[in-house]
Amino acid sequence: MTLFLISSVAKILVVFTVIMVGVALLTLAERRICAWMQDRLGPNRVGPQGLLQPAADGLKNFLKEETLPARADKVLFMLAPAISFVPALLTFAVIPFAAPLPTPWGDVDMVVANLPVGFLYILAFGSLGVYGIVLAGWSSNNKYSLLGGLRATAQMISYEIALGMSTVAVLLLGGNVTLTDVIAKQSESLFTWNVFPLSLAFFIFIVAAFAETNRLPFDLPEAEGELIAGYHTEYSAMKFSMFYIAEYSNIVTASALMTTLFFGGWDIPFTTWDNAPPWTPLKTVLTLGAFTLKTSFFLFLFIWVRWTLPRFRYDQLMALGWKVMLPLALGYVTIIATAIWLLHDQLGWTYDTRFALALFGLNLLLAVPLFFVLDRGHLIAGSVAEEGGRA
Amino acid sequence: MDGTLIIFWAFAGLAVVSALSCITRRSPVASALWLVVTLFSLAALFVLLDAQFIAVLQVLVYAGAIMVLFLFVIMLLNLGRPGPTDLKGPMGLTVGVLLAGGLLVQLLGLRRAVPPPGLALAPGVIARAAAEQGMVPAVARPLFGTYLVPFEITSILLLAAIVGAVVLAKRKL
Repeated sequence: MTLFLISSVAKILVVFTVIMVGVALLTLAERRICAWMQDRLGPNRVGPQGLLQPAADGLKNFLKEETLPARADKVLFMLAPAISFVPALLTFAVIPFAAPLPTPWGDVDMVVANLPVGFLYILAFGSLGVYGIVLAGWSSNNKYSLLGGLRATAQMISYEIALGMSTVAVLLLGGNVTLTDVIAKQSESLFTWNVFPLSLAFFIFIVAAFAETNRLPFDLPEAEGELIAGYHTEYSAMKFSMFYIAEYSNIVTASALMTTLFFGGWDIPFTTWDNAPPWTPLKTVLTLGAFTLKTSFFLFLFIWVRWTLPRFRYDQLMALGWKVMLPLALGYVTIIATAIWLLHDQLGWTYDTRFALALFGLNLLLAVPLFFVLDRGHLIAGSVAEEGGRA
Repeated sequence: MDGTLIIFWAFAGLAVVSALSCITRRSPVASALWLVVTLFSLAALFVLLDAQFIAVLQVLVYAGAIMVLFLFVIMLLNLGRPGPTDLKGPMGLTVGVLLAGGLLVQLLGLRRAVPPPGLALAPGVIARAAAEQGMVPAVARPLFGTYLVPFEITSILLLAAIVGAVVLAKRKL
């Protein structure tokens, strides 16, 4: 009990600090990578390579004037940044980030809370992030803010369904909702990583994750071309900064989730040495490194996509969500469930590399007509064909 | 006092206070948000009962989806600002008081009620079931086995609601 209390407090402190520092560095990384992609230098004056830029930004935000619109709902206006920021951090609590650490008093799981419903907890708290944005938009008493808030609600509810459906496939394969079990199932070989047997689920998940985190190409809630800055138009100083911290915390959590659900979590590829007891501190450190590397790749992917793709139009966003992603996710779950039933219950295969490769083949077969259809319908390629058809 | 009991009373109190705030606030947005707090407190009470799965579904479905839709509709129709009272005249007030009194009597009656023996579980049964087959199958197996027909009939109810909504929204199909 004492060990549990002490280790939990220590883990909470460490995870919170690491995420906050990570978020600060991520704001810098975003600007540097954006600059690099646009053949500029980016912020490089404060500290070596601009490393202290986040600290300078933080200081500036603390010292700036806090503004409060005249007819805003004061309580909600103050509360909204905090509400948007808390769920993003809470979600991270159930993600296992390394192999258990042995201590003289027993093994300590490297996850803040190993819940029996781990995975559903993520969906539950992920769905709460929208409150902050909606309340910010409404309480500002500004029509652009309100429009941003409305868009955020519609967008997040639409894509949440696709997100949930895509993860049903992971549950079907994993057979359990605890994330430690999901990782253990994937750790046998490289091909048992869920991204191979469930490639299309990963595709749906990543699209929905971009929509859920309000990142380009789906950042309609703040679309500055139409809505000034959307839901945070009226915010300044630290409250504005809180929305940024929330956005980046969401990205960190989404990246960690992709790693956990589809890329084997803290599993080190090409070896099974790291998966089984006896646990050693070396294993903990190395698996933590593997987890960090994988997560960093997805963080980079988020930035990369943001500075590559243009923004969707709102009707395109909704059409993609309801007419493509949702039916696709539903159909995919049906197909995968049938395939697993055939392989597991009818042919009696146990889950191993052969099983995963068979499902991977099925995914490839499905992917060819899918991407053909997606492109022919011009749902992703843009509005030119659509407008031509209308005229 | 037992730690669990302290947590129970904290969340039970929060649930009652937020539920009262939900029905007494004039602004629809405030009411909706207080309802979210109520749902959260109920989820916490479910966790205390060892029903983590139900607790998570409570947050996922009610707090995460349904209440967000509530807020969406409130904002879309721009009902957010405090409106006039819903109690119309002395007649409305009398009916309201009578209904509330009836509910109160029922609540007092419930205090003496004993759950039927079929529903009472021995302590530790839920924890053991969860350890044996995981949290979700403990709920899923009865739902898709023993109670399959009631479950499927519920979906017809939902379908009827959807059809009704479409008919109301689109007079001309």
